[in-house]
Amino acid sequence: MILAAQPKATSARLSPQDLIQRLVIVLALVFLAVSLILPLGSMFIKSLQDRHGAFVGLDNFAQYFGNPVLFDSISNSLQVALISTLIVIVLAFLFAYGLTRTCMPGKKSLRALTLLPLFAPSLLPAISLIYLFGNQGVLKPVLMGGSIYGEIGIVMGMCFWVFPHVLMMLITALSNADARLYEAAKVMKASPLRTFFTVTLPNAKYGLISASFVAFTLVITDFGVPKVIGGDFNVLATDIYKQVVGQQNFQMGAVVSVILLLPALLSFAADRLVQKKQVSMQSARAVSFVPEANPLKDRLFFVFCCTVVLAILLITAMAIYAAFVSFWPYNMTLTFNHFDFEAVGASWEAYFNSLKLAAWTALIGTGVIFFNAYLVEKGRAFESVRNLLHLMAMIPMAVPGMVLGLSYIFFFNAADNPFHFIYATMAILVLNSVVHFYTVCHLTSITALKQLDAEFESVSASLKIPFYITFWRVTLPVSLPTVLEISVYLFVNAMTTVSAVVFLYSSDSMLASITVMNLDEAGNTAPAAAMAVLILATCLLIKGLHWLLSQKLLVVTQGWRSR
Amino acid sequence: MTAQIQRPLSAPPYLQIKKLWKHYSGFAALKEVSLEIKEGEFVCFLGPSGCGKTTLLRAIAGLDLQSKGQIWQGGRDVSLLPPEQRDFGIVFQSYALFPNLTVANNIAYGLRSLKLDKNQIQKKVRELLHTIGLPDVGEKYPSQLSGGQQQRIALARALATEPSLLLLDEPLSALDARVRLHLRQEIRSLQQKLGITTIMVTHDQEEALTMADRIVVMNHGIIEQVGTPEEIYQRPNSAFVANFVGTMNLLPCHYLNSKQVRMGSELVHYKLHHNTAHQTLGFELNHGPVQKPQKSKAWLAFRPEVAELVPFNHAQTDLDHESAAPKSALKPHSNAQAHYFQGQVLQSEFMGSFFRLKIALHTNHAELVQQPIHVDIAVQQANLDCLTVGHRLTIKVPVDQIQVYERNDSTPFKQPQSVEVAA
Repeated sequence: MILAAQPKATSARLSPQDLIQRLVIVLALVFLAVSLILPLGSMFIKSLQDRHGAFVGLDNFAQYFGNPVLFDSISNSLQVALISTLIVIVLAFLFAYGLTRTCMPGKKSLRALTLLPLFAPSLLPAISLIYLFGNQGVLKPVLMGGSIYGEIGIVMGMCFWVFPHVLMMLITALSNADARLYEAAKVMKASPLRTFFTVTLPNAKYGLISASFVAFTLVITDFGVPKVIGGDFNVLATDIYKQVVGQQNFQMGAVVSVILLLPALLSFAADRLVQKKQVSMQSARAVSFVPEANPLKDRLFFVFCCTVVLAILLITAMAIYAAFVSFWPYNMTLTFNHFDFEAVGASWEAYFNSLKLAAWTALIGTGVIFFNAYLVEKGRAFESVRNLLHLMAMIPMAVPGMVLGLSYIFFFNAADNPFHFIYATMAILVLNSVVHFYTVCHLTSITALKQLDAEFESVSASLKIPFYITFWRVTLPVSLPTVLEISVYLFVNAMTTVSAVVFLYSSDSMLASITVMNLDEAGNTAPAAAMAVLILATCLLIKGLHWLLSQKLLVVTQGWRSR
Repeated sequence: MTAQIQRPLSAPPYLQIKKLWKHYSGFAALKEVSLEIKEGEFVCFLGPSGCGKTTLLRAIAGLDLQSKGQIWQGGRDVSLLPPEQRDFGIVFQSYALFPNLTVANNIAYGLRSLKLDKNQIQKKVRELLHTIGLPDVGEKYPSQLSGGQQQRIALARALATEPSLLLLDEPLSALDARVRLHLRQEIRSLQQKLGITTIMVTHDQEEALTMADRIVVMNHGIIEQVGTPEEIYQRPNSAFVANFVGTMNLLPCHYLNSKQVRMGSELVHYKLHHNTAHQTLGFELNHGPVQKPQKSKAWLAFRPEVAELVPFNHAQTDLDHESAAPKSALKPHSNAQAHYFQGQVLQSEFMGSFFRLKIALHTNHAELVQQPIHVDIAVQQANLDCLTVGHRLTIKVPVDQIQVYERNDSTPFKQPQSVEVAA
């Protein structure tokens, strides 16, 4: 065997199908380049320039680190992120353990209720916390003289908002248990505690690490909570806002963005590394674990989980209540007055704009992301380019919403940019939302596509049917549940996001979530709560519709699934 | 190694594979494979997993392009054509039926490319459903059918566009044993009826033996042997083929000449068959004794079913009759017609129509001590006494059933433990 004499690889002649496919893949690459890579690049360049666009090297950074007030926000951000992550991980791990490893009652309802925070902007818990613990809050004495405005408020709000994200990951991590390991531990007479530390924890290790990084990134990049409840406690995310919107100091905004990108990038890289390891840990022959009843344990976890869910319900309910109370805390009669947004200088238009944004994002985003994922996963040859597309699809996860938004200003507002015309329109908001939420949808699509038979494409090629017909007739219909899921995800996120759009809206494209922020800033807290509740209700409605659709419509169109 | 096929010059082979190479990073899955397949032939690519058989099939289909070499199909160079510009139908182990389309729509899937009208398509689908013996399942979805039925639908779908080459990638491996046997015959008779050139990849030697016109045995990216099932079974040309197809007793020995090998201290006669390819195995047949001792290492081989049990005492008299100088009964003996081994039953396995005996040879030769041999005895001929563990007996192997293969110590040959012959 002479491997040294390896010949040059021959390459196939390209059929019209190949050419079409390659053209589309290149278009997808161009799309991500224009909507992600180039804007980020222009932000980096901006951070190295002065106000007049002259190159100043790292002067802006030196200035930033020389300013103690700005520099403080780095340590503030890290502090808040670490504390919140620790609390959320412990709570979510216990909750996930209760759901997966005990026989407590009401698991399904408890789990469903924990999802509530996903459907509201992060401004909502912050507003609610002000009602609960603020200067006129009902539970203010609980803080024993401490102020909710600042670190405590941010941490509490973050815990509420990040909890469902982390919980979902930990449930996955704990459900992958192999029952045989537990049987082995039992046979060898290991105590429950020893079994926990030698079997349960090591198995969930990668899930825990992953979830910690996700929590950390979410907290450090979130803007809504500190904006509302942060008071004088500065964090990186609010700094960008103040620099850009307050002082029109775009260069300094870019500097903070670059700094904010670092922890997010780091945790993203670490997360990728961990996920790669996790894949090799799972074995296909594992026997799934079924928990045994243990009255004491089950009761303890039930009480714990109920407490967590009650806290979530309390915060949500408080916001809803606040939206209807005439004048907290003096006039507690219920009213719809706070929904008259025109009276406080806001408008219902913003709400309808948000609906439009969410619908377009769901529609365009689902189409683009799913088809691109199809090209990455099921495309023929052209492997290096397909891998590049996959790699680029992973980047948005590491880019905080505000950083992406700011990059869009730098990139699309440049006078010589041919895409300048989308600036300050609904289009740029849609584009930004699609790109910002790209990665999760991409990964979901890839997972779903991997479950399809790898030979569908080979079979249709042998039958001389072009790939796009097979995509339309087979791949898309079979993946319909995933496609619906993605579109709901995009809708809800586009509806609730503040950070991604805070720099990009114009007076014509004012959004509901921004209105919440502006109303709160102007001291109109009750109307702000009303708008936040409106967003929550809309998202829940969409989710409910999605649920109905998957229950009813899918049964009709997907009759082939059942035997 | 090039497979040489006897064919008239007037009929060029339908499919020609010329010096095909396939490299994956640092590893060659196909090493200069050449092969010719005639029109209407049913050819099986047989080999253990990782031998390159699927790689070769996918190269023929254009699904994974070869690194080097050419493929000619029907007189046309298709080496670099994408799959949709080649002419073939394919069936996969996983069926790859479209789950959201009815059976009829699955079969009609490729007919759209033929620009037929609705009635023609319906007629064609009905015909195909009849051909595969499932006339009533057109409106069902694949998941409502059994595995065997699904595989037949996949076959119908592949045949719908009337390709002139049918590729089957382990089509039966995912099915139950009983369904497999049934579908085996069905595919074969359908293939004969349509006269379509067919290539099937399989790792199941029984499948290959029962279905194929010719078998291509592959190992480590090369073709070990090409031949009819009978040739492959009766005249395997290497120890690998001998052991992969059916069961073969392989005993280490040393090559002397074209009539004799030395096993331990004994000489064993064997008969050289003209189509076993000793020449290719490096034995210098016309130069008397081999000069290089390491070149002379060989395997002495015979199938378990060609051996005969001779009662211990009987062998003595048998030998006295045939050989001029009587020898001790405890040693193996040989003459021009048969060789006699002495041994002791280690284990007896009931296999249905026969018993398989595992027998330890009586020998003091180190190379042979560790090597029990297998002997199959038909149930009718079995003397229950002979089958008891510990029983001493004599095994007679006709000389014309003994074959000799090159033995290469640098790559120790492992005997597969569980390769069974068709019972």
